[in-house]
Amino acid sequence: MIDWLDFVVLSLLALGVIFTVIRFVLGPKLSDRVVALDTFNMIIIGLIVFLALVFDSKLYLDIAIVYAVLAFLETIVFARYLEGKNNDNS
Amino acid sequence: MTILSYIFLIIGALFFLLGGLGVFRMPDTFNRIQAGTKATTLGAFSIIVGVLFGSVENHLDWIPKLIIIIVFIVISNPVGSSTIAKATYRSKNIPDNLIQDDLKERGEKQ
Amino acid sequence: MKYLITFLTLLVVYLFLAGFTVEEVILGSLVSVVLTVLLANRLNFKVDWRFPFKLLKFLFVYIPVFIWKLILANIDVARRVLSFKIPLNPGIVKVKTNLKGDLGKLTLANSITLTPGTLSIDVEDDYIYVHTIDILKNSKDKNQEIISGPFEKILGGIFE
Repeated sequence: MIDWLDFVVLSLLALGVIFTVIRFVLGPKLSDRVVALDTFNMIIIGLIVFLALVFDSKLYLDIAIVYAVLAFLETIVFARYLEGKNNDNS
Repeated sequence: MTILSYIFLIIGALFFLLGGLGVFRMPDTFNRIQAGTKATTLGAFSIIVGVLFGSVENHLDWIPKLIIIIVFIVISNPVGSSTIAKATYRSKNIPDNLIQDDLKERGEKQ
Repeated sequence: MKYLITFLTLLVVYLFLAGFTVEEVILGSLVSVVLTVLLANRLNFKVDWRFPFKLLKFLFVYIPVFIWKLILANIDVARRVLSFKIPLNPGIVKVKTNLKGDLGKLTLANSITLTPGTLSIDVEDDYIYVHTIDILKNSKDKNQEIISGPFEKILGGIFE
C-alpha cells in the first residue's frame, strides 16, 4: 500500500549491513570480526522478519527461527575457537 | 494500524543502523560489543512489534511464532555477547585504556 | 508438580511452533509426555505453591522495568555513537550478588548486559565481572549500586 516506506526501511537496514561489513573487513583482531559477524546476523534476522510482511508469506518466519538458532550456535562456536586458540599459544 | 506498524518498523531499522554505526565507530572491542548488542536487541524487538501490528488484521496465526522469535533473541543475544567478551579477555586482547581492572587480580587458575 | 510444569512448558512451545489445531494438540501431547519422562530427572529446579504468583510478578513487574531500561540504554548508545568525539571512561568492576541458583544469575547477568553502559563478562560463585563505559573512581559501593541495584531488588523476590 505504501511502497516508498518499504524502501526507506530496507535502505536503513542496508546501511547498517554496510557498516558491519566494513568493520568485518577492517577489524584489526579476530575478536572484532566475530563481533561484526554477530551484529550482521542480528540485522539479517530483522530483515527476514520484515520480508515476511512484505511478501505476505508465513514461511519466512520459520526461516527466521532457524536462522536465529544457527546464528547463536555460530557465535558460541567462534567464541570457543578464539578462547582455545589463544590459550595454547600463551 | 498500518501507520503504527510503519512507525515501529522505521524505529527498528534506525536502531539497526545505529548498531552497525556503533560497531564501526567504537575504538575497542568491549565497547563494540556493548553498542552492537543493545542496539540490535531493541531493533529486533521494535521490528517484530511492527510486523505484528502490520499482520494482525489478516493473519492471527503469526503471533505465536513472532513471540517465539522475540523471546529467543532476548535470551540468546546477551549470552552470546557475554561469551565473546569472556573469550576476548582470555585471549589476552585487552585494550590499554581501562581505568580499573578487577579481573586481573583473579589470576590465571582456569 | 515438577513433571506437570515440564510437560506444560514443552506443550506450549510445541503448539506455538506448530499451530493450534486438534491433531497438533494430540501429537504434541504424545511428544511432550515422552520428553518429560526422559528429561525430568535431569532438571534441577524446585516449584512450590507460590509459583503462579512468582510468574505473575515476573510478567507484570520485571518485564516493563526491563523494557524501560532497554529503551534508556539505547538512547544512551545513540548519544555516545552520534557525538563527534566519543566520551569513554571504561573499566571492569566486580559486583557481588545475593541471588542463589543458576536461573536467577542468568537473568541478572542478561539484565546487566542490556542496561545502560554495562556488559557482564563472567560469573564466578557470587561475583559478576562487569565492563562499564562510565566508571566512577574510588567508590566501589556507588558503582555496585548503579550497576545491579534496581534489578537485584525485583529479582530477589522472584528467584529467592
